[in-house]
Amino acid sequence: MPSATMNPTPSPPALAAEGRVATGPQVGRSLPRLEAREKVTGRAEYTHNLRLPGMLYGKVVRSTIAHGRIRSIDASAAKAVPGVYQVVAGEDVIKVIPHPYYGPAFHDQPILAIGKVHYVGEPIAVVLAEDPHVAETAATLVVAEYEELPAVYDELEAAQNRVLVHDELKPAGTFADLKHLKGVRGTNIALDYQLRKGDVEKAFAEAAHVFEHEFRTQKVLHLAFEPFVSIADYKGDRLTLYTASQGPSFVRIEIARLLGWPENRVRVKVPFLGGGYGGKLYIKLEALVTALSMIAKRPVKVSLPMEEVFYTITRHPMTFRIKSGVDEHGRITARRCEVFWNGGAYADIGPRVAQKSGFTASGPYDIENVSIDSYALYTNQPPAGALRGFGVPQLVWAYESHTDMMARALRIDPLEFRRRNITREGGRHATGTPLEDAAVEKVLEHVAARMNWSKPFDRGTGAVRRGRGLAIAIKAVISPTTSVAIVNVNADGSTTLYCGTVDMGQGSDTAMAQIVGEILNIPAESVNVVPRDTDVTPYDMGTLGSRSLFHMGHAVKRAAEEARDKIASLARELGLPKGSNYSVADLFQKKYGMQAGNIVGAGVYKPDYVPPQPGTGLTPNVTPFWMVSGVGAEVEVDTETGHVRVTRLLNVCDIGRPINPKICESQISGAATMQLGFTMFEKMHFDGGQVTNASLADYKIPGFHDLPAAFENETVEAYQSNGPFGGKGVGEVATFCVSPAIGNAIDDAVGVRLTELPLNPEAVLRALRAKENRPLEDA
Amino acid sequence: MTALRTISFTLNGKQVSAQIAPHHSLLEVVRNDFSLYGARESCGQGLCGCCTLIVDGRAVSGCLYLAAFADGAAVETIESLDRDNVLDPVQEAFIEEGAFQCGFCTPGFVLMVKQLLDEHPDPDDDRIRDYLSGNLCRCGAYPEILRAVKSAARKRRASKAA
Ligand code: FES
Ligand code: FES
Repeated sequence: MPSATMNPTPSPPALAAEGRVATGPQVGRSLPRLEAREKVTGRAEYTHNLRLPGMLYGKVVRSTIAHGRIRSIDASAAKAVPGVYQVVAGEDVIKVIPHPYYGPAFHDQPILAIGKVHYVGEPIAVVLAEDPHVAETAATLVVAEYEELPAVYDELEAAQNRVLVHDELKPAGTFADLKHLKGVRGTNIALDYQLRKGDVEKAFAEAAHVFEHEFRTQKVLHLAFEPFVSIADYKGDRLTLYTASQGPSFVRIEIARLLGWPENRVRVKVPFLGGGYGGKLYIKLEALVTALSMIAKRPVKVSLPMEEVFYTITRHPMTFRIKSGVDEHGRITARRCEVFWNGGAYADIGPRVAQKSGFTASGPYDIENVSIDSYALYTNQPPAGALRGFGVPQLVWAYESHTDMMARALRIDPLEFRRRNITREGGRHATGTPLEDAAVEKVLEHVAARMNWSKPFDRGTGAVRRGRGLAIAIKAVISPTTSVAIVNVNADGSTTLYCGTVDMGQGSDTAMAQIVGEILNIPAESVNVVPRDTDVTPYDMGTLGSRSLFHMGHAVKRAAEEARDKIASLARELGLPKGSNYSVADLFQKKYGMQAGNIVGAGVYKPDYVPPQPGTGLTPNVTPFWMVSGVGAEVEVDTETGHVRVTRLLNVCDIGRPINPKICESQISGAATMQLGFTMFEKMHFDGGQVTNASLADYKIPGFHDLPAAFENETVEAYQSNGPFGGKGVGEVATFCVSPAIGNAIDDAVGVRLTELPLNPEAVLRALRAKENRPLEDA
Repeated sequence: MTALRTISFTLNGKQVSAQIAPHHSLLEVVRNDFSLYGARESCGQGLCGCCTLIVDGRAVSGCLYLAAFADGAAVETIESLDRDNVLDPVQEAFIEEGAFQCGFCTPGFVLMVKQLLDEHPDPDDDRIRDYLSGNLCRCGAYPEILRAVKSAARKRRASKAA
C-alpha cells in the first residue's frame, strides 16, 4: 500500500483518561477494527440476536405464482393451529396503514400483496406466534387462490410492453427525473435515461470499422450471512425499529411517511450488520414488522431463513447492446449504448441504477460521439436493487469484453488499444464532467507492468490452454447526497462520535474514529462511536455506493474541527495563552469548577452538483469523485471439460489515500472474491418465475478452494484532492473488472468469446464445441 | 403441542439442563435458553459453519444437530474461549490479521481453526484450505484468515516452546 504508516500491533483500548494525546498520526494507521474483540469472541451485537419481552415471531406466506389477481386467502386452518396468535393479510394492513406502498424511487411495493401478486415469493400473509416453529408450521396451511395473468420475465420482452407488470406507474415524487412518469399507464419502463454527445450516426457512417455486440448478465444476489431481520415495537404514539439496515435515516423517513407521523416518533436502531453489500437498503422488512406490531400490539420479529432471502432483493440482470465506430488509427470515434435493466416486480432503487450508473456505460474512454439509453424495466421476477457496484460491474462486463473483441478484430494488442483510447487525467467523461483524480492511466499501466504484459506468455499445451486478460473501468459516486455528524467532547476529554454510517464489515466505525483522532490529536481507539440510533445519531443518506468515507468522512472531519475550534476558544476565553499545555479536562475543570460540561461540534457535508440537462444528460459536475480499477487475470482452460481455473487475479485500484490501509486492502480482496463468484458460477435459476436453487446447497458462493493461487490486491499512489485527507470510497471499486478480465483471458486461451455470465464449464464447453462445429445438444 | 423433555449436558464446563422439544436444534437451545449468541444461524443447512458448536470435542453444525443428541454430552461454544478475559491465540491472530469484516462467520471459523491446529500444529496452505472448506465467508476474508491461521500456529508453537 502506498505512503502508509503500517502499525500492525493492536494497541489496547486506551482508557479515557489516558486517551488525551495521540501517539502520532491517526489517518494512515492500519488499526484493527474497533469492535474486533467483540467479533472474535462472538459478542458483537446483531439484530439477529435480539429478543424483546412479549415478542411474536412472524412467518411470511408467499405467492406461488408470478402474476395474478388474488381471489382468496384462506387462513382458517392456520388460525386453528394451537399457539397461533394471528394471521395477517393485506386487508388487515390497510386498516392500520391506509396507503401501505413504499419504495425509494416509486411507491409501488405493498407491505403485503393487495389485489394482485407480481412475482413468485411476494409476501401475501404473515402468521404470528410466540413460537417460531408454530408460525412456520401454520404458514404452510394458508391457502391462496389466484386468477393467473400472463407474466414477463425477460427485460427485452418487458421493453415491448405486451405484458404489463403494473397498471400504472407511481413515482415517489422525490426525484425530478421521474416526475414525468406519474400515472403513466401501458408501460414497464420505470425510467428511460438518455445521454447524447456529438452525432453518433454520422460518426458510424464515417468510421473505418464498426462493431456491434450484445452482452447479458444473470440474476445473482447478496446473500449476506445475517439474513434480513427486523423487529418493531409499536407503543401507540411511538415506534422503535431494531433492524439490520444500511440506511437507518431512510427507514425512519419512509416509515414516518407511511404512518403520517413526524420523524421524531420513529426510532431506528441498527447494531452491527452481518453483511450488507447493498441488499439491506431502503425498506426490506421494516414496513412489514411495523404493520404487524401495530396490528398485534406486541413487538414482532421477522427473521428470514436463507431460502426467503432469494425472494427479497437481487442484483439486476441486464442486456447491453453496444456499438462502436473506430477510425483507421484504432481510435474509437463513436459509441452507442442501449442498456436494459431487469428490475423485477418493484422498482426499489432500479431507476437510480439505470441513471446514476447508466451514464458511465461508455466506459473510461475518450469518445467524441456518445449516445446512451438506459432503461429500468419492471418484470415478474423478485425485485432487483443495489449490489456492490450499483450496476457498474454489469456494464463493465459488457464494455470491456467489447473493447477486447474490437482489439482482436483489429489485430491491435488489447493493452495498446486501451492506451489509445482511455481518458487521461484532466480529460472529460462523456457527461462533460472532468475526470479529475481518476488514475485511469496509472491503473492501466500498473496492471500492464505487474502482468509483464510485454513479455511472452506460456500458453500451455495439450488439453489445458492458458490465457490472460485485462480490463479497466470507472464509476461515479451517486450524487448529490448528504451526511451529518456530531462530535461530543466530554468533561474528561474523552470523545464520542455520533454518525449514521452503518458498519456492516467495511470498517467505517474505525475509519471515522481515525478521522476524529487525527483532528483532535487523540488515539482513534479512545473514540466511542455510538451505534446507530436515529434518536441520537443525525441524518445520513445511507451506507451505499462507496459514499460513506467521502461524505461522512467530510462531515465527521468538520464536526471534529468545530469541536477543536471550540476547545481553542474556550482556552482563549479562560485567558490561557496560545500553546499552553492545559488538557481538555483541565479546561472544563477551570470553566465549570468541577468535571462538567461538553463541547459539541457538528458537521454537514453535501457535495456540489449540477443536474444533467434533460435529454442530453450532460453536466459539468456529475460526481464529486471517480472510482477507478483494473484487473489482470490469468486462466487455464480445460478444452475437454470447459473447466476454467483462474490461476492469477490481480486487482489494482485507485482509492485515493487510504485512511486505514489494511482495512482497505481487505475491502479490495473481499469485493474481488464476491465478484469472482458472480463471474464463475453464481446464478439464480428460474422456472416459471420460481427460483429453483434458493438455498446455499444449490447456489454456490466462493469458498476457500475458489481463491486463485495468485491473488494480488494493490493500489496506485493517489490522492483525492477534495476528499477527507485525500481519501475516497473503497467498497465497490474492486468489483468492476473481474468478469471481463477473465472473459478476455478465456478468449485469449482458447479463442472463444462468452457474452453471458457466469463463465461456468457448461458455457465454456458449449462455446468450444460450437467453434469446432460440433455443438453440444441442449439438455 | 409437542411433548417436552429435559436434557442435561455440560455447557462451557458447567452442568446445565434444558427443556426441549424433539425438533429443537442444539443451536436454538444455546441461544434461546442460555443467551449464547456467538453461534448463529445463516444457511440452516450445515453448509456455512456460522453455527459451529463443539460437542464432545468435535465441531458440529448447530443448526442441524438435534438438541436431544446432546443429552449427556459436553458442549462448548465460542464463549468458552475467553472465559478469563484472555483471548485464545487464534482470536488474537484473527484480530491482528483482520481476518473478518462483518464478523458473522468469525466464531465458526475461530472454532474450526482451533480444531485444525489441535490436529495439525503446522498446516500448509493446502491443508488449511481443505480443512476450512466447510466454512464460508461472504465478506471474502479468506486471504486474511489464511494468514491468521499461520500466525496462530506460530503463536501456539511459541507458547509451547516457552
Ligand atoms: S447455519 Fe448451520 S451450517 Fe450454516
Ligand atoms: S466476515 Fe462477513 S461473512 Fe465472514
